[in-house]
Amino acid sequence: MSEHIVPVKVYLGIFLALLVGTALTVLAAFVDFPWRLNTIVALTIASVKATLVVLYFMHVRYSPRLVWVIVASALFWMGILFAFTFSDYFTRNWLSIGY
Amino acid sequence: MIESHATTQDIHGHPALQHHFENMEQQREAGTIGMWVFLVTELMFFGGMFLAYALYRNLYPAAFASASNHLDIVLGAVNTGVLIVSSFTMAMAVYFTQVGNRRPQIVCLVLTLILGLTFLGIKAVEYHDKYTDHLIPGRLIPSAPFGPAVQEEGQPLDHHKLHLLPGATLRQVEMFYWIYFAMTGMHALHMIIGAGLLTFLILYSIKGRFDPEYHSPVEIIGLYWHFVDIVWIFLFPLLYLLGRHFEHG
Repeated sequence: MSEHIVPVKVYLGIFLALLVGTALTVLAAFVDFPWRLNTIVALTIASVKATLVVLYFMHVRYSPRLVWVIVASALFWMGILFAFTFSDYFTRNWLSIGY
Repeated sequence: MIESHATTQDIHGHPALQHHFENMEQQREAGTIGMWVFLVTELMFFGGMFLAYALYRNLYPAAFASASNHLDIVLGAVNTGVLIVSSFTMAMAVYFTQVGNRRPQIVCLVLTLILGLTFLGIKAVEYHDKYTDHLIPGRLIPSAPFGPAVQEEGQPLDHHKLHLLPGATLRQVEMFYWIYFAMTGMHALHMIIGAGLLTFLILYSIKGRFDPEYHSPVEIIGLYWHFVDIVWIFLFPLLYLLGRHFEHG
């Protein structure tokens, strides 16, 4: 059996980090960050939490390369979905061509 | 990785080994990879709704902040905590299955199920609050169409009334609630399915079907459960927290 068993200590550490992250994101929501950075801060904390869950609770860190490829493809296609849609919506009023 | 090395176990055959796999390890890896492919399609599905959220929030920032501030931040935060604890107990259930310790394995699965149901209960309370404040969008509830009371300047604060920030209209607030109910509703549906899957796991664990050699179902349903947790990790700040800093005075 080559299966990797994640030690309980690691699970506990990730669990505590996730709770701290939740507390942080609530506290940060009441702070007025300059340049409207609130959303960026909230999304950064959420992404870190999600990454911890994927790597440790979902064992991706210890999984075969093929699983890494599948996870990366998900992020890649999500990137296309958002980037291409935004590049349309957010540039619509750059030119006024009188339609 | 995937290679054939027959052990005595494989020659005699584990009762759960299907004929088209060389051995238990290959079978487990195939199952895990299949589940990940499914989770990618799930991510695409939720991604579309996150995209809709992003576009409408960009279009109606003041209305989205006003509507978000009306959500119950305490219930939202408690539910986030409940889901994180449930993810932890789920991870521990997988651990105890891997080391072949059945009693704590069943305890962890039952705890995960109870926490999942707690989440759904709190969600139901929130939905009911939205119903009494007339915040269910459109005419989904024919007897209570969308039409919340608006907080006027100078009147005493009433938490059932909606405080509109400058530039926000009720029609735009309604759009937020369409997206809110679509996203949290789909998330809740996934939780209900997850609770069903956990019930199946608990029954089979009690029957003693899982052991260190064969525990794919626990592992795979664990992956699903963690995925649903991740969706909420993003939903919570985006829906509940986005406009708080406008009204912290």
